[in-house]
Amino acid sequence: MENIIELNNVTKRFGGITALNKASLKVTKGEVVGLIGDNGAGKSTLIKTLVGVYSPDEGDILIRGEKVSSWNALKARESGIETVFQDRALTPQQSIVKNIFMGKELRYPFGFIKEKEQIFEANRLIREIGFTSKLINAESPVGNLSGGERQGVAIARAIYNKAELIVLDEPTNNLSLNETQKVFDFVLNVKKTNRSVLFIGHNIYHVYDISDRFVILDRGEVVHKLNKNDISTPEELMKIMRDTIRTH
Amino acid sequence: MSNNNSYLSNYFHKNGRALGSIGYFVLLMVIFLIGAPEAWIRPNLHQSVFVMMPTLIFLTIPLVFLVASGEIDLSFASTYAVAAYVFALLVKNGVDPAICFVLGVFTGAAIGALVGTLIVVFRLSSLVASLGVLFLLRGVILLLTNSRSITIMEIENHWIYPLLVGNFYGFPMQIFWAAIFVIFCYYFFNKHVFGIHIQHVGDNSVSAEQMGINVNAVKIKAFMFVGIGAAIGGIFTTMITYTFFPTQGFGYLLLALAAVFVGGTPYWGGLGTIIGAVFGVGIIAYMEIGIIAIGWSGEWRQFFNGLIILLALLGHRLHGERVR
Repeated sequence: MENIIELNNVTKRFGGITALNKASLKVTKGEVVGLIGDNGAGKSTLIKTLVGVYSPDEGDILIRGEKVSSWNALKARESGIETVFQDRALTPQQSIVKNIFMGKELRYPFGFIKEKEQIFEANRLIREIGFTSKLINAESPVGNLSGGERQGVAIARAIYNKAELIVLDEPTNNLSLNETQKVFDFVLNVKKTNRSVLFIGHNIYHVYDISDRFVILDRGEVVHKLNKNDISTPEELMKIMRDTIRTH
Repeated sequence: MSNNNSYLSNYFHKNGRALGSIGYFVLLMVIFLIGAPEAWIRPNLHQSVFVMMPTLIFLTIPLVFLVASGEIDLSFASTYAVAAYVFALLVKNGVDPAICFVLGVFTGAAIGALVGTLIVVFRLSSLVASLGVLFLLRGVILLLTNSRSITIMEIENHWIYPLLVGNFYGFPMQIFWAAIFVIFCYYFFNKHVFGIHIQHVGDNSVSAEQMGINVNAVKIKAFMFVGIGAAIGGIFTTMITYTFFPTQGFGYLLLALAAVFVGGTPYWGGLGTIIGAVFGVGIIAYMEIGIIAIGWSGEWRQFFNGLIILLALLGHRLHGERVR
């Protein structure tokens, strides 16, 4: 199977604190990987390094088997990695359409923006992800939206860019049951089209339901990796997680 | 019906601030017209305003970009003079004025880039750091020129003079250049990647960075643009008066900043309005000149300037607080 992205022995330090210690992780085509760990385990640091917001102090990042030299958020997006960040990474005073195309605007020559095309696409996308309110259209400011709707905008951005790997950082936080189900449906849809998802969460049940493979992180280190076939219930996964963290 | 509501509310979200400052401008005109009709009808009032407005536009509009990016710059009032000094000095030394113009504008861009880099790289407060640069550059000019002005009468015979600041059927040419500048900036701010990225960066720089926008580069470019605008303003003024004054530009510092905020651009970043700023400039220019024109003493000018700024800010509060 082709590896979309591979992190080899990646270390990231902030001042004197080692947030990530020789962590290795890979995501292959068409799989859903669940990344779990307690608060402060380094999940966010790992994700932000993976998607180019942080650059690693040590270790290699490989995209489709090729080592990348300088790694940043733009390069990650250009490599087909889209992220739905925990904080959604939205600009609330701007319109939905501007947010969906943030950083990857549809452009004419000389950097002018294809505004009409963007609005058309954004209206299509927000209907696709299930915005039904007539009060909301592509030009409504994001600040007027609910938490679930904001999550929808962040997901719409990932959908539009047809990413090969979608990273979802705590995507079900603060969402209603109904909205959580929508996120699950979205992940299954992505998987169906042979694309990959990296799903981060501290709700073991959510991660268990959706993932093919699990990676457990503790104090900046990858302490355990296992396949869904290896276990049969979320409780078992939770037990393994507790044990690995305790013995580590 | 609800669809109409959404379009209407989106429209006001997008244009409310610009409409607000157009409203204040119209109100001010009506007050002048009622209060002093004979002064208002005299064409020389408007002519004076038209002479002042272009310079103020070159200073104010780029500031809208910078404020929308979440930063502020005070040093532009000195950049204005440095660029004009470079221009005047080179003209005086026999360099072709067209080349001097380009070099003057380049000086403005370079100062902007330096100020921006200083602030962004060292994470300084843009208010305080640019205040420092404001004094520093002014000091440099005063030292270099020994507080003496430079007269450049020779510029009148060069083709660049009628082209930039000449007279076109009774209208000063700089009005046309300012108008072109405004149109350019309108599209640049609203329909170009540069302006859109500025709005994202000023709104939430963490989000912008996560989406792959180079936040520092965007901010430095915004500072450069302010430098370019200040340079154009300074050189135009020097050409109009045939003279470079070492103190020039200082008087515009507070007026240009006032025009930005009276024009409806909020101080907190993420939003800005070019059209609003043009009317902000109109309000400030008419206040400056109108008070004198209707025969009141100059002392009232500052009083009314202050009043207008406060009333405008209170009015723009109607557009609500910052959404998060």
